[in-house]
This record gives sequence, structure tokens and C-alpha cells, in this order.
Amino acid sequence: MTTFQALTILVVVALATASTRFLPFFLFSRKSEGPYISYLGKVLPYAAIGILVVYCLKEVNLNASPYGMPEGISILIIAALHLWKENTLLSIGAGTVVYMVLVQHIFI
Amino acid sequence: MTEKKKALLEAFPHTIPIMTGYIFLGAAYGIIMNSKGYGVIWALLMSLIVYAGSAQYVAITFLTSVFNPIYALFLTLMVNARHIFYGLSLMNKIKDTGKLKPFIIYWMSDETFSVLCAAEPKEGVDKGYFMFFISLLNYCYWALGTAMGSLLGNMMTFNTKGLDFALTALFVVIFISQWKSQKKHIPAIIGVLSSIACLIIFGPNNFIIPSMIVILILLTIMKNKIEGDEAE
Repeated sequence: MTTFQALTILVVVALATASTRFLPFFLFSRKSEGPYISYLGKVLPYAAIGILVVYCLKEVNLNASPYGMPEGISILIIAALHLWKENTLLSIGAGTVVYMVLVQHIFI
Repeated sequence: MTEKKKALLEAFPHTIPIMTGYIFLGAAYGIIMNSKGYGVIWALLMSLIVYAGSAQYVAITFLTSVFNPIYALFLTLMVNARHIFYGLSLMNKIKDTGKLKPFIIYWMSDETFSVLCAAEPKEGVDKGYFMFFISLLNYCYWALGTAMGSLLGNMMTFNTKGLDFALTALFVVIFISQWKSQKKHIPAIIGVLSSIACLIIFGPNNFIIPSMIVILILLTIMKNKIEGDEAE
């Protein structure tokens, strides 16, 4: 691939990415904010985080060893820790360390 | 203390989990780009101009196969379509941020979005600058990670396998916090169940857009029910 071609790819990928970010603001900037958009603003964040959790776990295979065990155990620990202490950094840090130990030493 | 400095100090702790994840994933990106013959300048240009993890990873294949910008355009739009959701979700929250707004929009990532959803600054801290600095810091971590991976990739010796789970953990924590803060959980349940259903039907590479459509339809159909419950 030539430098010009690579630069073209860079520009195309950048423009496509930026357009997905700015699109809703162009679509709805003119109109005064309607009740539907304000409703979506209230409920979508909850649904969107749900998608993200599933997105992160999309490659987990429940039908083959280790059957999603490292992810399942780590998430249970994160949930328990977070419900108990409600300390974001502690929950994330402990969950990540547990996961790393599990995938590096236990479910290899 | 100036207004901006106060907002920066308030924003920083919210970005620490992302710092870990981005420096690691950014470094992984720099290392892979390097291995494909694209050095630090190219990797950094991508991270600074595109700034979208999954799209950048996919773009490595565009850069290493036959030149096809149309394919690159459509695949990038599909990979990043979820940003539309983030914009819709945060439209209200960032509407009064004035000149900072284009930056907050440009720097919107999965992780920045999730933190902006959940984080509220202390009383007396400027909300606009608070959100601006969260976005800016995350942007810097990603660039820093990319540069480190590109330049020092060969020197990494400790076993980093599983470190990227920090980002999964971040989303799980935010999900739990949101769950606790809400009395009614219908939107969260719709989000999780629709994505799982679409993941099973469409597979791991194509489920995001169908999930978004299903979620929008369900939330629209159930608007009266959800809003009625909220008023109770």
C-alpha cells in the first residue's frame, strides 16, 4: 500500500468515526428538544451500558472449557465487592487482578 | 484554585480505571501496528485523529490488504454505530457546555461515555470542564499507550494477559451503580436481554446494530409504562 493510499484510509476511517459521533447532534440540534429525545436521554444510558457489558463478553464460549468461568467468577467478585464497599477503583482493581490470576494460572 | 484546575482534579479519579485499560490496549495497538510496518507516527496519527479502539483495530486490516476505501467506510460506520446511542443519551447532559461541546463529542468513546453517564462532580465544580477533562484525559491515555507500545513494545516482559479485563470490570461496576441508583430496572434489563438475544442470533461480529434497533423499538413501545412507573 502506498503512503497516499494509507492516508486515504486514515481519513476515511476518521471521517466515518466522527460522523457517528456528531450525527445525533446534527439531527436534533435545530428542533427544540422534544419529549421523545429527553425520554431517550433518560433511559438509553441504562440500556447502553447493558450492551457494553454484553459486548465485552461476546467472545466468551459457554460450550467449551473453561465455560466462561474466569469471567463469571471475576464478575461475581466485582458485583459482591461493589455492593458491599461501593468503591469503584477497588472493585475494578480487584476484579482485574482476580481475572488475570485466573486466566494466567488456573484456567490456562 | 482556578475553575479549570478544580475541574481537572475532580475529573482525574474518575479516569483512573480507564488509564489502566487504555494504556494497555493502546500499547497493544501500537505493537500490532509496528509489526505490520506502521511505526509510531502512523499509530499515533490513527489514535489522535480516529480515536476509536475497535475501529482502529479493524482498520489495521484495511491498511494491510487491498486498497478499498468504500469497504473501509462502511465497516467503520458499522463498528462505530453505537456512538449514535451515546450522543442521544448524553445530548441533554452536555447541551450547556458551549465551546467545550465539540471536544466532548469528538472524544466520545465507550469508556468516556460510561463515565460521563455515571459521574457527577462535587458542588461548585464546573460541570462542562469536569466532563471536558474526563474526555481529554482518556484521549491522552490512549495516545500515550499507543506511543509506548510503538516505541517500547519489545521491552514489555511481564505477563499482561487479562489486563484488558479492566474495561469489562469498569462497565460491570457502572452497570451495578446505575442499577442501585434506579428504582425501576426496565431499561437496563431491556439493554442486557436484547443484546444477549441479538448476540445469539447474529453472532459476536454483527449484533450491535440489531441490538440498538431492538432496544430503541422496545423503549419506544414501553415509553408510557416506563415513564408511568417513574412517576409513582
